[in-house]
Amino acid sequence: MSDRDLLPGERLDHYVNDGPFDPYEVEKLTPQQERYYRASEWRIMWWRFCRHRVALWSGVFLLLVYASVVICEFVAPYNLHSRDIQHIFAPPQTLHFFHEGEFIGPFVYGFDTEMDMENLQRVYKPNPDKVQPLRFFCRGDPYKFWGQVDADLHLFCPAERGTAFLFGTDRLGRDMMSRIIYGARISLTIGLIAVAISFVLGVVIGGAAGYFGGFIDALTLRSIEIIRSFPEIPLFMTLSALLPVTWSPIGVFAGISIIIGFLEWPGLARAVRAKILSLREEDFTTAAQLMGASPARIIGRHLLPSFTSHLIASVTLSIPTAILGETALSYLGIGLRAPVTSWGVVLNEAQDITVVAVFPWLLLPVVPLFLVVLAFNFLGDGLRDAADPYK
Amino acid sequence: MRDLLRIRDLRISFDLPEGRLEAVRGVSFRVPAGRTVALVGESGSGKSVVSQAIMGILPRTARIDAGRILFHDPVLAADRAETMIDIAALHPDSAEMRAIRGGRISIIFQEPMTSLSPVHTVGNQICEALQLHRRVSDAEGRALATEMLRLVGFPDPDKALKTYPFELSGGLRQRAMIAMALVCRPALLIADEPTTALDVTIQAQILKLIKDLQAELGMAVLIITHDLGVVANVADEVVVMYHGEVMESGALEDIFHEPKHPYLQALLRAVPRFHMKPGERLVPIREIRQRDDSAFLGKAKAHDNQGGGTLLKVEHVSKNFTIRKAGLFNNDKAGSLLAVDDVSFTVRRGECLGLVGESGCGKTTLSKMIMRALKPDSGSITYMDKESGGETDVLKLEGDDLMAFRRKIQFVFQDPFSSLNPRMTVGDILAEPLLIHGVGTAAERRQIVEELMGVVGLNRNHIRRYPHSFSGGQRQRIGIARALALHPQLVICDEPVSALDVSIQAQVLNLLKDLQRDLGLTYIFISHNLAVVDYIADRIAVMCCGRLVEVAPRAQLFRAPIHPYTKALLAAVPEPSLDQRLDLTALLQGRASEPGAWPEPFRISGESRLTMIELGEGHFVRAHENAAEELTRCYAQISSSTAATQKAEV
Repeated sequence: MSDRDLLPGERLDHYVNDGPFDPYEVEKLTPQQERYYRASEWRIMWWRFCRHRVALWSGVFLLLVYASVVICEFVAPYNLHSRDIQHIFAPPQTLHFFHEGEFIGPFVYGFDTEMDMENLQRVYKPNPDKVQPLRFFCRGDPYKFWGQVDADLHLFCPAERGTAFLFGTDRLGRDMMSRIIYGARISLTIGLIAVAISFVLGVVIGGAAGYFGGFIDALTLRSIEIIRSFPEIPLFMTLSALLPVTWSPIGVFAGISIIIGFLEWPGLARAVRAKILSLREEDFTTAAQLMGASPARIIGRHLLPSFTSHLIASVTLSIPTAILGETALSYLGIGLRAPVTSWGVVLNEAQDITVVAVFPWLLLPVVPLFLVVLAFNFLGDGLRDAADPYK
Repeated sequence: MRDLLRIRDLRISFDLPEGRLEAVRGVSFRVPAGRTVALVGESGSGKSVVSQAIMGILPRTARIDAGRILFHDPVLAADRAETMIDIAALHPDSAEMRAIRGGRISIIFQEPMTSLSPVHTVGNQICEALQLHRRVSDAEGRALATEMLRLVGFPDPDKALKTYPFELSGGLRQRAMIAMALVCRPALLIADEPTTALDVTIQAQILKLIKDLQAELGMAVLIITHDLGVVANVADEVVVMYHGEVMESGALEDIFHEPKHPYLQALLRAVPRFHMKPGERLVPIREIRQRDDSAFLGKAKAHDNQGGGTLLKVEHVSKNFTIRKAGLFNNDKAGSLLAVDDVSFTVRRGECLGLVGESGCGKTTLSKMIMRALKPDSGSITYMDKESGGETDVLKLEGDDLMAFRRKIQFVFQDPFSSLNPRMTVGDILAEPLLIHGVGTAAERRQIVEELMGVVGLNRNHIRRYPHSFSGGQRQRIGIARALALHPQLVICDEPVSALDVSIQAQVLNLLKDLQRDLGLTYIFISHNLAVVDYIADRIAVMCCGRLVEVAPRAQLFRAPIHPYTKALLAAVPEPSLDQRLDLTALLQGRASEPGAWPEPFRISGESRLTMIELGEGHFVRAHENAAEELTRCYAQISSSTAATQKAEV
């Protein structure tokens, strides 16, 4: 193509590209494209998800956390209920690796205890002479694995006749770290169960509202609006007050999950309804109708698969709400009750401001709670971004 | 007169999940001040990417690898040291770029529906464009906006200032969009497929408007289109792009009189035009490599259309849509929209009936009623099945009978993107109708699916691919294959090619023709493009505002159109040739589609009932009964005189 400047008014040269011309060139595919084009929706979602680094690492973190939930008896250094009356309100012991410039692996300094008669308070001082190396894959406090099998193997335990209170102890001398690890089991599973309940309710109710429309739709929307208008905490309190005090801890656990699930579904139902409404207008749905497909087939084969990915994303985003809900209830003392141990129950100890001022480590369950909730949010964001690969 | 814009060896690539894509590969061309340059190519040729680069609005995944976009603007150059600005080197968010974008270079897009904000008035949006680039008071701004709206042809500019986009028709919205783009008096207007989403009559008006405004404001226009008919009517210079490269460029006359590059020659051959010889075939750029040994064609006994006869009879069908006036407390006040009004026609066995009309004229509603996706308010639809030998009242079908009926009529959708479920493989999509109707075993179904893919010329190895990997034309072929899966007798094609490029359009039209021949199909072919219908249909029915206005065999309709609306439609199709430019006076100044504006005896007003009057040779027109005699005489005259001239030409 001529690169010279044309003079004013000069007629444009007639340029013809003399390169080879293949009309089928645009239809050729590189192996990379071929691979992408044969990939299923889920595979493309996975590829997109992987590009979202933070979400990916959040996912890995959550997998690790949930794995530890399964084997928390083994991960925790102490039994949930073991008390060390010599160490009440002991502060966290710092983990060391070097003693006087010499590497001896992870260890803690044992405490020297004395009574401060002025404040009537025990004072714990790490004693540099008491080097207490941690033991790994060791025999420690006996426990019943999943409440069934007797065992005493731990990931790590304190030295013989030593202590290992990495997160300190509470007012009964129980190891905070072990309580947090055990608490995760309840707190994290209650989130899943509650969300599973709200998922089923949300999909069924929202799906029916979206597909059938009319009266069902109006009824659903009005009930959602009514449920949403109640102030949450008083509603929670009322509902959990209805749970009989005589119920077993497991019963209370189930009751609380159901309450949270029942209060969570409206958001999900709305999302499902909106999605169905828009998908119902798509030509491929009309095509299926014109082919003679039944409503069940249209919903099951064409509509549902089109937004399962969205559902997974919104479910992921609602798990942390459920976890926080349980924690809030238990913290206020109206959710789960001891001896069931959840993060909220553990935090229940930290209600008194003076206690918190003197023994700040009682607030430590907030840290894993914060991390898990944050990770779920990152994960959900990543999933949501990856959810619709055909935009 | 210097070149306003000069593009030198521009290279742009995209970073996509499926790999790196070089969208623009060394493109150079110029836009002289005050002239119109057309950038022509198929979709995917990189023409829109070039325009985005000029505007500095490339998507984030795109990168300018090399090349320069030199913008020489006398207004900007006055207060700068250098006279040329290299847009390619500017940051898209820089103050300089923002001053150019919207101020000195403006763009109008294809979709007038989505490019205006629905929550601001037209006046608001035009004033905003103005205030971003010039210091004007509110009153001055309003005055300038009014002036601009008058210029783009709003009948009442003051009122138009206060209207919201949803109150306007598509054509007026595009005019508002143009007013917004031009209010700052840019040196260059980029029009990216400005008329593709519009009806032909509106398209002709908008093209004329752009030309008039260009003369008045002295700006240059870069028009991006795939329609060579549009190019022939507006451009001074033409640049033809293919696969990111310029194939041919030159002055308008050079391009149309001496097309040299095989690609351009092929493009010109692929456009359907009026007065094609009987039996002449369009030549697509890429022929569909249909497998001749396709078992589907061999095994399928073609439907027996011997003896013709009527397949489908539609009688006095009407459909009203109630529109809910959304009030805060009262939603009982309902208005109604007459979508289809007293429509009657027949479809003969083995023919292709073309149904022509502009968007909103009720074509799709009509087809949905035939498919039993909608129920008409009144009227009857009868299907006459030779094989089972009976007449079926389509509107009364229920249960199993309805299922059986669904196998006989199939539908091809307009939008090849939304009509295929993106989460199913091609194999699953094609097997879906078979599955729903319980045809065959899994292995047999797979066999049929493979044959279907062969029939529409798709590679059988692509059976496990997902729809997103196919181009528009390939997707439309998948849609056609799906419609054929159940061996229907009647296929309703709802604008099957209007979303496709010219080159692909020819391919799909030829495929439809061949399939009709080989399988003995009957078509109802809906389109707004008369040239396309002329190519494929045997008889043509013209619809306007829910009514049939003229029905005639193809040759008669084109030889002697009687109804003013048909005439306007015929006049509005831009042809890819310099000898037949658009004549805008025939368009009734944009009122062609208002039944109240038609001359007597065609005018529809108040209670006067019009009827379909037969003029002979199967030619019907909707008019006042009193005028029947006169029209028949008039028709005989026109028809014989044109026949004579045609004979003389031969």
